Amino acid sequence: MRIPCPLCGPRDRREFTYMGADDFLRRPAADAPAEAWDAYLHLRDNPAGATRDLWFHEAGCQAWIVVSRDTVTHEIAGAALAGEGRDAT
Amino acid sequence: MRLDSGGLIDRTRPLGFAFDMVGVRGYAGDTVASALLAKGVRLVGRSFKYHRPRGIMTAGPEEPNALIEVREGSQRTPNVRATVQEAFDGLDVRSQNAWPSLGFDLMAVNDVLAPFFGAGFYYKTFMWPPAWWERVYEPLIRRAAGLGRLSGQHDEGRCEKAWAFCDLLVIGAGPAGLAAALAAAHAGADVILAEQDFRLGGRLLADRQEVAGMPAAEWVAATQAELAALPNVRLMPRTAVFGAYDDGVFGALERVGLHLADPPADLPRECVWRIVARQAILAAGALERPVAFPGNDRPGVMLASAVRAYANRWAVAAGRAVAVFTTCDSGRAAAEDLVAAGVNVVQVIDARADASAICSAPLLRGAVVTATRGRRGLRAIRLRDPGGPERWIEADCLAVAGGWTPTVHLACHRNNRPLWREDIAAFVPAPGAVPGMTAAGAVNGHATTAACLADGQAAARAALDALGRRAPDLALPPAEDGPRSARPLWAVDAPGRAWLDFANDVTTKDVRLAAAEGYASVEHMKRYTTQGMAPDQGRNSNLGALAVLAQATGQTIPGTGTTTYRPPFVPVPIAALGAGGRGKGFAPERLPASHAASLARGAPMLEAGLWYRPAWFPRPGEATWRDSCDREVAMVRGAVGVCDVSTLGKIDIQGPDAGRLLDLVYTGTFSTLPVGRVRYGLMLREDGFVMDDGTSARLAPDHFVMTTTTAAAGQVMRHLEFVTQGLRPDLDVRVISVTEQWAQMAAAGPLARRLVASVLDGPLDLGFMGCAAVGVMGVPGRVFRISFSGEEGYEIAVPAGRGAALFRDLCARAETLGGGPYGLEALNVLRIEKGFVTHAEINGRVTAFDLGLQGMCKAGDFIGKAAAARPGLTGPAREQLVGLCPADPATAIGAGAHLFAPGARIHRETDEGHVTSACYSPTLGSHIGLGFLRDGRARVGQEVRLVDHLRKVDVPCLVTSPVFHDPEGGRMRG
Repeated sequence: MRIPCPLCGPRDRREFTYMGADDFLRRPAADAPAEAWDAYLHLRDNPAGATRDLWFHEAGCQAWIVVSRDTVTHEIAGAALAGEGRDAT
Repeated sequence: MRLDSGGLIDRTRPLGFAFDMVGVRGYAGDTVASALLAKGVRLVGRSFKYHRPRGIMTAGPEEPNALIEVREGSQRTPNVRATVQEAFDGLDVRSQNAWPSLGFDLMAVNDVLAPFFGAGFYYKTFMWPPAWWERVYEPLIRRAAGLGRLSGQHDEGRCEKAWAFCDLLVIGAGPAGLAAALAAAHAGADVILAEQDFRLGGRLLADRQEVAGMPAAEWVAATQAELAALPNVRLMPRTAVFGAYDDGVFGALERVGLHLADPPADLPRECVWRIVARQAILAAGALERPVAFPGNDRPGVMLASAVRAYANRWAVAAGRAVAVFTTCDSGRAAAEDLVAAGVNVVQVIDARADASAICSAPLLRGAVVTATRGRRGLRAIRLRDPGGPERWIEADCLAVAGGWTPTVHLACHRNNRPLWREDIAAFVPAPGAVPGMTAAGAVNGHATTAACLADGQAAARAALDALGRRAPDLALPPAEDGPRSARPLWAVDAPGRAWLDFANDVTTKDVRLAAAEGYASVEHMKRYTTQGMAPDQGRNSNLGALAVLAQATGQTIPGTGTTTYRPPFVPVPIAALGAGGRGKGFAPERLPASHAASLARGAPMLEAGLWYRPAWFPRPGEATWRDSCDREVAMVRGAVGVCDVSTLGKIDIQGPDAGRLLDLVYTGTFSTLPVGRVRYGLMLREDGFVMDDGTSARLAPDHFVMTTTTAAAGQVMRHLEFVTQGLRPDLDVRVISVTEQWAQMAAAGPLARRLVASVLDGPLDLGFMGCAAVGVMGVPGRVFRISFSGEEGYEIAVPAGRGAALFRDLCARAETLGGGPYGLEALNVLRIEKGFVTHAEINGRVTAFDLGLQGMCKAGDFIGKAAAARPGLTGPAREQLVGLCPADPATAIGAGAHLFAPGARIHRETDEGHVTSACYSPTLGSHIGLGFLRDGRARVGQEVRLVDHLRKVDVPCLVTSPVFHDPEGGRMRG
């Protein structure tokens, strides 16, 4: 698996640490209801198809990136820096 | 028998090796198999189940029978294919799976008992009584099972892992692969041509034919020279591509030193390559398949393509009287080649009644082989032809040509199924099965050299298009062409055992039995009969077994479907996959600056993650570690101790928003921390549990330096990067790890101030939790007044290169004050006495409330705040941090012991907590512990029962505050 780091170009996935869905970028407000925090912390989709998840280029440039990929075809559509990708749907 | 002339062997370079202690002669260019056949050795192994005599069947890596052990001792490598292993002078190979000897194998009794050993025998037989399984059946089966033996020693053979990158990977160097590589190379693409054989050429080496008007092998040599001269081409012979993975990544295994008589000591035995290719061409060719007829497993029954290869490439006649049994034109071509090479072909048996009548040897059409004879090797075959009764003819080699099966495996590794082509009765790769990979040549079902060359060039054109390169105008060399006819004959209808899987002894009867007993799906049949599960992974048997199953179930072959193709395509030794991951390669050493000085003082080392830290510093007269540890604790409490704390994570945080970042990641407030001050911080995960703790010092308004625990340094760094990049990219702040850049020495004890002041260039004027940038013996350094021991404590940071000198100097000066260095054991006792937590306590299931640190949680937002307020994470039901003193101070208690209410039944359900850290406290003269106890803070002063079944301890304990020593903190504050 090759992950296209926006800073370093395509690199082997062994250089990256996986975190999970990019939902983690959308942290609820401090006073958000418990349901919002529950959803943020625990409720994850398990899509057969397009998904967006967070990877940390730990053995590289230390960038957190959002990778858009397909869980069925394994195709990677692209990747963006987490700070730029957090507002995307 | 070696032919007088011909072959691609170097007759000027003879060699000798040993097979089962018997000398075998050969020439450079021989494999073990070709040399054995030249000597007339026919029996080379025993089958897995019935221990039937087996001979060489193929001339390539698909060989099911001729598995051998190579080398001895820690270098012993079992299950090497004799057809792949290159012969060299002094090579020592042994047969496998026979005892006491290959010629007389006691386990061959299984063959006599074969009627009882049908498919599913194990499942049906070893069921009752259940108690027999472990004591009788399993040991018996284990002794009988298995191919080859491991040496039982550590494998000291060197293997390597390596990466390669290219525009185009060409897999296979037969006509299609060579044509493809040539076209792509001349277009300027970076090309890797991988070939599992030690010689490029594929079938061009094995068949007697011409390419471009010259003998095929000469054309191969010229093409190879042309490719080798190009700087953008990398030829990789002896390299088998074993897997096709995501995004153009391919796994390949190269035999680097296995074929050398005397490999240099530093040469790896094998190398696992990960090849990243923008485009790939699969030119893996096709394998000839056998025909199932009774007695088709005897030594001497071989594939026609192999007999042909041995004659043409190695100048070896596989028999003195060779018969050819074919269902296709390629078998007839093989017969013609054999005659031309001078091999005695006694009979050609073509199953097709309408096949060509032109033949250089006696020909029967519409005939089949119905039986064979010969115990350790073929002596005769029985023929059935339409013209008369069945009859025997003598032959010591039968070359069988059952048609060709494309090697589609790599095209199916991404869970694609191959496509059935009725016209050639074979599966071919589905186009686009692996993105970026194009199949070419025989793997696409092409049967002639001309078609393969053209298909290879066309595939290269497609790959070059995808790469944005223009394909060069290359003429195709003229080569053999014309129509090819093949008619599948899967199994001859005749009584007797007809083998499908030669290595695992699976016959047509077994497959039919599986179908009859309900294992009619191909995946079930495979597992029930073990067909395809031998080292050859069904290369020679999958399609045949599928056809027999389809016939038994009344389905078509494509309707029956194939089993799943999974990597690796060839066996890959674990040693090669794990190359570099042994010993220090697996766990590299991280050494703090003081390491050499600690060793010089005789300190034993403890591993803390990858770090090596001194456990204690023994002095003359100290008999046990406890003597040293107790002395070091007393030394810190009474005078001064020095400890290297460089292993703590250190993170430099700079920017106008540095304080706001720390406010977000810590439970406490740091933006209000004055410059020159240090504050203790607790860091939570977003789910409300404690991640780590440490201190952060403010060196300037926009500059903090954070310390983490040794264990969580990486995790905290990852976390801070996530918060700054992902959650709050608006904050103007940057973080960077400086753990490796700074060495940090702790000095603790009532005389610490005197000691530290003596090494500073300026005056030491720090209150508790103060910090300052200061010169340390002429080097810019930092001093922090923090304590992990409960005594007045300082940590001095200097650039890492000065750490060793600082440690030596501090130790020497401390010794003049009655102090000295202390190790990890004393550090642990000191912090337990003071109730400071480490990751023994912060184990991922603990909240700030559990630690009694809820007062450190501010009103504003911080990571983990919302989740920490969830029901169930606070309150009396939580297990809370407490101190524990055994009623008898001399009773040792240990971490892992469990806590119960006095009088309670000792049971999992009545468990009220456990001990996380414990030690003997020389300060208190008692064993003490830290632990978590349900509603613990309310139970201080009460008694609990501590039970440790492992250490046989059952003792009442007093629940105390976790801070045993100096609860008011007066000593620490000075």
